[in-house]
Amino acid sequence: MAEIAESGGGGHDKGKKRAKKASTRVDMTPMVDLAFLLLTFFVLTSTFSKPKVMSLAYPAKIDKPDPGKAPKLNNGITFLLSKDSIYYYTGEFYPKDKPGPNGPTQLISTNFSNNGVRKVLADLNSYVLKRKEGLVRKVKAKQMADTTYIAQLEKLKGDLEALKVLVKTDDLATCKNFIDLIDEVKIAEIGVIAPVPMLSSELKLLNEKIKK
Amino acid sequence: MPKIKIPKHSPSIDMTPMVDLAFLLVTFFMLAASFRPSEPVTVESPSSVSDKVIPENNIMVTLDADGKVFFNLTDPEARKETLMNMAGLYKISMNDEQIEKFSLMSTFGCAIKELPSYIDLSGDERKTFETKGIPLDSLDNQLKNWISYGNVAALNSGKTAFEEARLKGLSPLAEDFRPKFIIRVDSKTVYKKAEKVIDVFRELNLNNLNFVTSSEFNPNNP
Repeated sequence: MAEIAESGGGGHDKGKKRAKKASTRVDMTPMVDLAFLLLTFFVLTSTFSKPKVMSLAYPAKIDKPDPGKAPKLNNGITFLLSKDSIYYYTGEFYPKDKPGPNGPTQLISTNFSNNGVRKVLADLNSYVLKRKEGLVRKVKAKQMADTTYIAQLEKLKGDLEALKVLVKTDDLATCKNFIDLIDEVKIAEIGVIAPVPMLSSELKLLNEKIKK
Repeated sequence: MPKIKIPKHSPSIDMTPMVDLAFLLVTFFMLAASFRPSEPVTVESPSSVSDKVIPENNIMVTLDADGKVFFNLTDPEARKETLMNMAGLYKISMNDEQIEKFSLMSTFGCAIKELPSYIDLSGDERKTFETKGIPLDSLDNQLKNWISYGNVAALNSGKTAFEEARLKGLSPLAEDFRPKFIIRVDSKTVYKKAEKVIDVFRELNLNNLNFVTSSEFNPNNP
């Protein structure tokens, strides 16, 4: 209560008319109540951060894909995603019946922690990341303009030596797994990302690996 | 012993500064708040480091945790045009009132046959409307038609907005007015289900897609 009503002290004088001594104060309590009610309402209902979007370019659909002529992948890494787990191999895929120079492809297991997939990508993409550091230093020393930096970085990401990433998912992987992985790939400054369907031989290998 | 004197004035506190502050905060939150329109589907987006804001003119396909498909188009004029084309294609009759109502609606997820009765519902009833989502199998690919008609209509309205901006003496970029394609998925949606929607976009040769994400800390630029 803003004010406690005071009963007028002293006795009433009979017959004498007196101007009332009402105070000029307004009782603000209801207004304050209302103000805080509104305040609470708006604090609880307002949403500040607008949702963000992450763009991802998918490869164009080809009407008649040529199965015999899979493009040769040099300096690539392929991720096989399953529910909450990631496996990867580097370079070409060699199934068991057609082993490559180093035998058939072995899947390596990793996870979404800082020492997992992030480290793997940073190590493999060190070519781009090291050069990026050089560019950032130049920008900081005012030897290079921002716009040139962006153009140079884009060119660097598309370089032959830069890492390329293929992402393949099985039937159990969730969208969270997929987006988390794409996110890690973007953090590692990788320009070429292709979500592609999984080969049946790869799926077999993945299922064998998960069962272990 | 002298009597302790009790102060005679009432024990009131001056509340003016507090009221001032309260109203200042109320005003701030009122102006800063943006209300989300009520939607028939709740989706918990995965997080990413991306800081790209959601584009204005967009076509959004939502997938809930069970893989039900919902469709939304931001521009009201484009919505009208799309609905009329879709109604013509599937031979569904709609009156002007329904078309007008549809242009102000948000996301919906029902087959075109159910759409007139869905439009007639009130906002609360729409949330409990039993639906299987927009069909997208190869025999009855309604989502594909929604996207392709929506794309044409949104391109047109984008063009008008672009011309208007140019007449105002601004130098707008045409790219900003083109519709963008957005996929909103729940964290728990199985990726294979999202891939079906993505394939619909790719069949229409729309390969640049955007995933709605909530933002998280980026280790590269803190």
